[in-house]
Amino acid sequence: MEALSVKNVTKRYTNHVALDNVSITIPEKSIYGLLGPNGAGKTTLIRIINQIINRDAGDITLFGEPLQEKHVGVIGYLPEERGLYKKLKIGDQLLYLAQLKGMSRAKALEKSKEWLKKFQVTDWWDKKVEDLSKGMAQKVQFISTVMHEPKLIILDEPFSGFDPVNAKLITEEILGLRERGSTIIFSTHRMETVEDLCDDIALINRSKKILEGSKKQVKDQFRSNTFLVEHHGNSFSLDPSRYEVVKQRLIEGDLYATTLKAQQGIKPNQVIRELIEKTEVSSFQEKLPSMADIFIGLVQGEDEDALRKHLQEV
Amino acid sequence: MNKILLIIQREFLNRVQKKSFLLTTILVPLIFPAIMGVMIYIVVKQSEVTNVKTIQVVDDSHKFTFKDSKDFKFKVITGSLDAAKVAYDSSEDFGLVYIPPFEISDPKGFTLLSHDNPTIEQMGSLEGYFEEQVRNMKLEQYKVDQATLDALKTDISIRQVTKDASTGEEKSSSSGLIYGVGFVLGILIYMFVLIYGIQIMQGVIDEKTSKVVEVIVSSVKPFQLMLGKIIGIASVGLLQFIIWIVLSFGVTSTVLASFGLNTPQKQMMEQVSKQVDQADQNSVESKAAKNEDLQKIIFNWSQLPLAKIAAVFVFYFLGGYLLYGSLFAAVGSAVDSIQDAQQFQFPITLPLLIGYMSLFIIVLRDPNSSASFWLSIIPLTSPVAMVGRIASGVPNWELALSMVLLIAGFLFTTWVAGRIYRVGILMTGTKVNYKVLAKWFMTKQ
Repeated sequence: MEALSVKNVTKRYTNHVALDNVSITIPEKSIYGLLGPNGAGKTTLIRIINQIINRDAGDITLFGEPLQEKHVGVIGYLPEERGLYKKLKIGDQLLYLAQLKGMSRAKALEKSKEWLKKFQVTDWWDKKVEDLSKGMAQKVQFISTVMHEPKLIILDEPFSGFDPVNAKLITEEILGLRERGSTIIFSTHRMETVEDLCDDIALINRSKKILEGSKKQVKDQFRSNTFLVEHHGNSFSLDPSRYEVVKQRLIEGDLYATTLKAQQGIKPNQVIRELIEKTEVSSFQEKLPSMADIFIGLVQGEDEDALRKHLQEV
Repeated sequence: MNKILLIIQREFLNRVQKKSFLLTTILVPLIFPAIMGVMIYIVVKQSEVTNVKTIQVVDDSHKFTFKDSKDFKFKVITGSLDAAKVAYDSSEDFGLVYIPPFEISDPKGFTLLSHDNPTIEQMGSLEGYFEEQVRNMKLEQYKVDQATLDALKTDISIRQVTKDASTGEEKSSSSGLIYGVGFVLGILIYMFVLIYGIQIMQGVIDEKTSKVVEVIVSSVKPFQLMLGKIIGIASVGLLQFIIWIVLSFGVTSTVLASFGLNTPQKQMMEQVSKQVDQADQNSVESKAAKNEDLQKIIFNWSQLPLAKIAAVFVFYFLGGYLLYGSLFAAVGSAVDSIQDAQQFQFPITLPLLIGYMSLFIIVLRDPNSSASFWLSIIPLTSPVAMVGRIASGVPNWELALSMVLLIAGFLFTTWVAGRIYRVGILMTGTKVNYKVLAKWFMTKQ
């Protein structure tokens, strides 16, 4: 089942179109990466899903129901521009935010204590945010995002400003939440996060969605049957009608690195088989494009074929 | 709805639980009684240890017989002025008065020589002493005795009665009392709107700069947040106000009681007037007349429609606050800091200030003029102007019109402010001018 389905959503402002006919589908219990450069429209889309602003056109369904006011409690949102009430005690802060999400006071009390215990910071209850360090405040912020047990968690640049220790802690919690059935949307332009965590991605550029699919699908889409071979001796000849040597360079001594493009339909095993007859193979790998390369290529306006060609040469 | 209640509760507790709330709530009502107490104390002390000054007199007119007054002790010096001046230098006496020969019809040439500068009160007292002496000489000259003079003294106090044209009902009134009631109520509303309006603005700016606002508006509508904040702060204001009234009354009574004045207002005022009479023996007004005045005040007070005034006051108190409160919220949402807020704050405080100024210049002086009428009808000035007029009796239709317009006015400003607010709170780092505000207002969301 789909956790969230956005169909043909458009949002216009006086001088520009922030979202142009954008559709995305987010599978349940997945970690979904919403990618795109600054100003592409990610935050607008997220705000529309959070019902902070309205869409001009399009349909949104959340867990099979049209998006409506009651869904506020189903979503947990950590905005990029985030903060807490500086003068309010941590305990009161958590209770207040959870109650605004529709949780009962008693339940909120139980949950907030539970989370503070989990992060081993039970003594923070009576502290004010202004008395906490930035890292501590980030933990509180994260707790406030997830403590009402949202089925959909939207994290906008969740790791910006997090130190590595906290980032790791939060990553573990995010994976745990997914295990327990939550669906997570990451909005980010940190590609390592995407490579590590995301199951599915969508790329938004200049108000339009230009790419969507599972990480594997996307990589397959830009896969060009190109292989990187390290071998001894520079001379070997393969059938030029089936193989193309894209480039070759000397590593050291007689060790060379050759980038080979095989024709469609030729499987890696077959390439290896043909290679070991011709040369001493030291290493062999298929060149899969990194998300960062795909992202940068597409955002810079290359079409798919040009990008594929570009990716071989990297 | 439930969420608005949560916000109201939070905003209320945030402020009430602060130490500064406790401090201002307790200190402010103490300040006025404390000042009063200090002043009464000084006056009482001063009258106890009145310093009787010794004055040397060289009387070349030979018209006076000197009796000591309550401020001065006179020492007549015989001999020449020059010799007296030399002698004065080595004396400790306060001053040396020289009286030249003069005509009773034209007394002049009196001179006071002193080491220290005399105070205005001392000069007044000294001049008063000589004036009375010369006056008595004149009375003698014109063959008028004191009894005739006393008989000439006249004191007329006109009892004011207003007659309601529709009901034909007659009521005693007092323009002084009406002025006082309007004055106090008008100032209270002005202060309340300004102080708590700025608190709303500050609260909105805090939420915006701490960036907590986006989290909040993902849970509640911006309009709910704005309304919750406005109402929450209003309830803080009301609570503080009630505490102030209770405390002020209590503390004032205690302070006065500690100076030997009994607490019940009527007794207290009688006591004051008695003391005034005793202190002021030369007063032309008799004690009886004083008491009559006091009775008149109490009587007129009871003649005022107090319940109506209280109800109207509370209505305009809240109405005015809501009208301006949402505008202050809109300003807060548009800016990133309190400094930036000033340019937008001015056009909001201007009509409030106009209402406040015209309270003194127009409304209190002539509550029934057409200028007063319009000021108390137009929603932006009506909260201050109407409470300024109410004690003088405002026709019910005017009151109704003004109230309806105020409600319409605050619905309108809340609507306008809400439209600016919902966009503004999510905009940080934008340079805002009125054009931008207009754009935000027009934005559909």
